[in-house]
Amino acid sequence: MQEREPISIKALKAGDRDAFAAMVDAYSPKLYKLALRMLGDPLEAEDILQEAFLKAYRGLENFRGGSKLSTWLYRITANEALMRLRKHELDTVPVDEPLLLDDGAEIPRELKDWCCLPEAELMSAEAQDTLDIAIKALSPTLRAAFVLRDLHGLSTREAADVLQTSEAAIKTRLLRARLQLREILSSYFSERMERLSNV
Amino acid sequence: MSEHSLCQEFLSQISDYLDNNIDPLTCDELEKHLVDCPNCKIFVDTLKKTVYLYQQQEADINVPSEVRGRLFKVLSLDDLTH
Ligand SMILES: [Zn+2]
Repeated sequence: MQEREPISIKALKAGDRDAFAAMVDAYSPKLYKLALRMLGDPLEAEDILQEAFLKAYRGLENFRGGSKLSTWLYRITANEALMRLRKHELDTVPVDEPLLLDDGAEIPRELKDWCCLPEAELMSAEAQDTLDIAIKALSPTLRAAFVLRDLHGLSTREAADVLQTSEAAIKTRLLRARLQLREILSSYFSERMERLSNV
Repeated sequence: MSEHSLCQEFLSQISDYLDNNIDPLTCDELEKHLVDCPNCKIFVDTLKKTVYLYQQQEADINVPSEVRGRLFKVLSLDDLTH
């Protein structure tokens, strides 16, 4: 996001509706994408988006400008998403930080290099489904770190600010998320490579 | 250092390596290792590709116009949609 805030905080706090509408238009795409990635469901993503802006509206008077407007909105949205995921977890098996590779893990031998697969193969509908399944398999905190850092391009510092944790925690979560996703995609694409070579 | 411990060393810094977050000297060392170690090379390549595929997928996500419309309505801003 831009360094310079294009929306006047002063106008927002004064209840300027045009400024609020401008803020909604400026940030709703990013917040919607975050919610969609976190929940994996368009209806829930829309719900979170609405809830986040309602909370932002009610909380504007408390916004101190200590962090950027974008960070503040990201935080409201991420909290809302994580809260819902926690509610879901109560109904299902708890998925707390499952780790396929621990920090002291070894690089597995005989790795398959699936990078060279044709674009059509990497972007197939089945491959896209596998991507979705893999990201949903991450624990919510790992997923949040991955989405904010790798998909939204936030810095470690900004992501830590949004998720109210330390930069070290963000780094660890990002590493674990990336490794876990690679592991799942690798087993899928390796199998595809084998099937293609047997045709 | 044995070949094995070099791989461990590499894995421990792989995220920082991906983010260009290591000093040039360590980076050189890691890249030298990548030339000699096909396994680590594949590992880092597939890790990069994993992130890349998600970024590609992300680029295709948009806010549907109905979602925007309903959002403005919920916020009582629907007179301001244009
Ligand atoms: Zn190696």
